[in-house]
Amino acid sequence: MFSAIAEHRGFIVGLIFILLLIGLVAATIYGRRIIRNEKTDAVFGNPERALGGWYWVFAGVASILVIWFYFSWDAARSYFPDAANELCQVAKVDTAINPMRSIFPIDSRLLKGTSLLARDSAQLNQLDRDLARSGFTDAEKTEYGALVGQLRSALQSMASPDNVDPQVQKRIAEIAQRVDDVRAKLADPAHPGAASAAEIEKALAQPGWGESTTEVPTYPVTERGRKFAAVADEVAAIAKDFTRIRNTGAVFDARIKEIGDKIKQLQAGFDSSELEKKELQARETYVKQINKMYKRIDDGTVFPPNALDQVEASVRLFEAEAYRQQGSLRFIDAIAMPSGTIEAGNTSCSEQGSGRWLPKPSDTLATLVRISDPDIGYKGIPMLWYQQKPLAEMAGFFIPDWIADLVPGEYPRHQPDGSINENLKTKVLNVATGNFPSMSVPVPMGHIWDSILRVLAGLFFGILLGVPLGLFMGLSRFAKGFFDPLIELYRPVPPLAWAPLILTIFGIQDDGKIFLLFMVAFAIMVISARTGATGTQLSKIHAAHSLGATKRQIIKNVILPNSLPEILTGIRISIGVCWGTLVAAEMLAGTTGIGFVENVARKQSDYEIIWVTIILLGVLGLLFDLIMRWVINRTIPWRGKG
Amino acid sequence: MSELVADSIDMTFHTPAGEAVQALKDVSFSLKQGELLSVLGPSGCGKTTLLNLIAGFLRPTGGVLSLNNREIDGPGVERGMVFQQGALFEWLTVAQNVDFGLRMKKHNKKETAKKVEEWLEIVGLQGFGDTPTYQLSGGMQQRVALARCLINDPDLILMDEPLGALDALTREKMQSLVLKIWKETGKTIMIITHSVEEALLLGERLFVMAPRPGRLHKEYRLPFAEWGLEGDLRDIKNHPQFVQNREEILSMIWNMEEEIMGKTL
Ligand SMILES: Nc1ncnc2c1ncn2[C@@H]1O[C@H](COP(=O)(O)OP(=O)(O)OP(=O)(O)O)[C@@H](O)[C@H]1O
Ligand SMILES: [Mg+2]
Repeated sequence: MFSAIAEHRGFIVGLIFILLLIGLVAATIYGRRIIRNEKTDAVFGNPERALGGWYWVFAGVASILVIWFYFSWDAARSYFPDAANELCQVAKVDTAINPMRSIFPIDSRLLKGTSLLARDSAQLNQLDRDLARSGFTDAEKTEYGALVGQLRSALQSMASPDNVDPQVQKRIAEIAQRVDDVRAKLADPAHPGAASAAEIEKALAQPGWGESTTEVPTYPVTERGRKFAAVADEVAAIAKDFTRIRNTGAVFDARIKEIGDKIKQLQAGFDSSELEKKELQARETYVKQINKMYKRIDDGTVFPPNALDQVEASVRLFEAEAYRQQGSLRFIDAIAMPSGTIEAGNTSCSEQGSGRWLPKPSDTLATLVRISDPDIGYKGIPMLWYQQKPLAEMAGFFIPDWIADLVPGEYPRHQPDGSINENLKTKVLNVATGNFPSMSVPVPMGHIWDSILRVLAGLFFGILLGVPLGLFMGLSRFAKGFFDPLIELYRPVPPLAWAPLILTIFGIQDDGKIFLLFMVAFAIMVISARTGATGTQLSKIHAAHSLGATKRQIIKNVILPNSLPEILTGIRISIGVCWGTLVAAEMLAGTTGIGFVENVARKQSDYEIIWVTIILLGVLGLLFDLIMRWVINRTIPWRGKG
Repeated sequence: MSELVADSIDMTFHTPAGEAVQALKDVSFSLKQGELLSVLGPSGCGKTTLLNLIAGFLRPTGGVLSLNNREIDGPGVERGMVFQQGALFEWLTVAQNVDFGLRMKKHNKKETAKKVEEWLEIVGLQGFGDTPTYQLSGGMQQRVALARCLINDPDLILMDEPLGALDALTREKMQSLVLKIWKETGKTIMIITHSVEEALLLGERLFVMAPRPGRLHKEYRLPFAEWGLEGDLRDIKNHPQFVQNREEILSMIWNMEEEIMGKTL
């Protein structure tokens, strides 16, 4: 059944989304109507105005779901299943043209050449200033000073239109022409022609949007997509050629060569033996910087201010055309896929923005169903399942092994022929260690069970020891004074601050976590039981006394029931705090548990699993609380009525 | 024969602030088996303190209290107590409240159940055995408290304003109930009240106490309790002797209260 649902996921999500929207509007209208018709309690501040109103509950739930469907792009995927694939192709073009665009003041404020020139000039000025403390001799200082001057004038001459090599100018013009050509192809409805059988197969074979870890299918599946993909390849080639063009020219080429030679010559004539380490370092830094500036200028990335105008115009026109060609896709991107878009990397496309970190409800549900399958689970362990466990193992757990040591006699040694004769001692030991045949019973297991079990175990010991001590402290000056410092010593420390220590002492397995939770529950239980005991009405105790009750009977029959509301509230609080502490402790260490699952998913940036664990933790926490509320209502109906 | 004897009882409280409050000074009296005593006095004159001393919840700082020639040291089943607010165990049902004392003594279960039935009938609560006490009205709760105390068969019944929180009608019914029980069981009863009428009606003997320090001011012997066993309570209240006594005691207490107010103001 699940597979059928999964197959029609898109349709179901679309339907649910529409129904939610309609329901939201309907509930809102209904709610407004009722407000308008209600004249009887129109006084603001009357608490009765807050009673009832299931339609607002529905509206609230629907709002959350609509927002989730919308911002996770689940709705977009349902209504425009191909949009991500097409946007991926568009993104490919964007990525391809980006090296060219980044040269011009399109996204940035300055022409790339302008900012390069400004930076290089500033650094040359800095070199002038650094010369004084560079550790050179006076003669060298003059030489290097002259070198910086030469570098500066080479840089300046590159910015002059007169010095550009005609060959370079021609190549620039060629690039502009090629961009124009590819723009024409983009505008041409026939480009790139019919898809080949191989292409079609490749496109159809890839998993759909969100069906695999690749997220967005890479190969184009629509006509528009194919066009963008084809253009992207060509643009990438043009951009590559364009970035290879260097500004070379007879005038400054000669100068640059001269500078290079001089640097080599200066380095060769240098004798380091007489210098101190600090001076040597300053020198080396300076020479390194000079070399860096030399290489930069030799790269020829600075062009005259208007030399690239032709290319800039072509790129702008191309971008405008690409924008036009996207057509409806632009609106889908802007409206159906809010706060983010599809971006193309080197080999694949991915969702960026809320579509990425907010998993789609349908995917989340599918993930939950998938990892709920006991054969899959998470890291080889089911979320919640059962296993057959022999009763003997459990009996062995409870019977201490040293019982066998008490049996008279000696443990047998092996015989010369290699056999071992069992005696009474070995038989008792077998029973004590659970090593005897018995029937198996199903026992729950899995991440969820482990987490629940830890909380319940910690809580159990916390109640078992905390309640008696709390009652005792409420009744005895000695107990209050003696144990109060102990509890107040550790209780104010946030439980998680204890976690590293406790986990180191007790190990990362269950013992440590249970002890940590026990500490949490114990303090809360002691305090609540103490409050309960202290709050017992004196007249009730007097009454019990004059009815002939003994001290023990008074504790059991008067003080304990009278403290029950506080104790149960304490348990309710303990469960909540333990639940929170447990998850964090499981994140710190361990190999099972919901917190462990979430932590592994975090390391793998698996947002869906993270959300599944968040939702699971929320639902279980709510469940615990509801159970406790039910228990409280059932066991102490007299609360507040004494 | 059971007899309660108070021999020059002194009671001084020491507050946490270090002050000493003398609540009772030189209180002496004796109470014979089957007597019905009501205690009256202005607020703060030590009535509750006296009752708590007899119940054994407090120890006198001076003097001796004894019941049946045995000195009182601590609470005991032979001295049953009915509190102003009932002090019922609200987590138990009516029947569980009533048989509390017997259960603590591990009394035979069958017999206990039978006794509970009997007592619920006497106090007019038959059929309410399984009702949680918090669902009862104030008057019903007070009757449960009465049954809970009486089922233990105490020699002496102590009541601290048992009817104070009840409305006039319920109160009158409860007064008849107390008189009925007194007659039928022949118990010694000591009852504290704020109401002069109630004190006159429910007192074979009546103590008026004076405050600061608390002491016995005046004692009356009255016929009205005997009358109340047969006659209508309202008729008694209109009897000239009743009216005369009432006015006398009222003005006595009024004077005492005025004296205190004058002191404090
Ligand atoms: N635990 C205590 N510590 C200090 N002083 C106390 C304590 N209990 C009672 N007192 C004082 O003893 C005096 C008598 O108190 P008590 O409660 O016996 O008065 P009461 O006659 O019962 O008054 P009411 O009619 O208002 O109930 C009062 O002045 C009171 O302040
Ligand atoms: Mg009092």
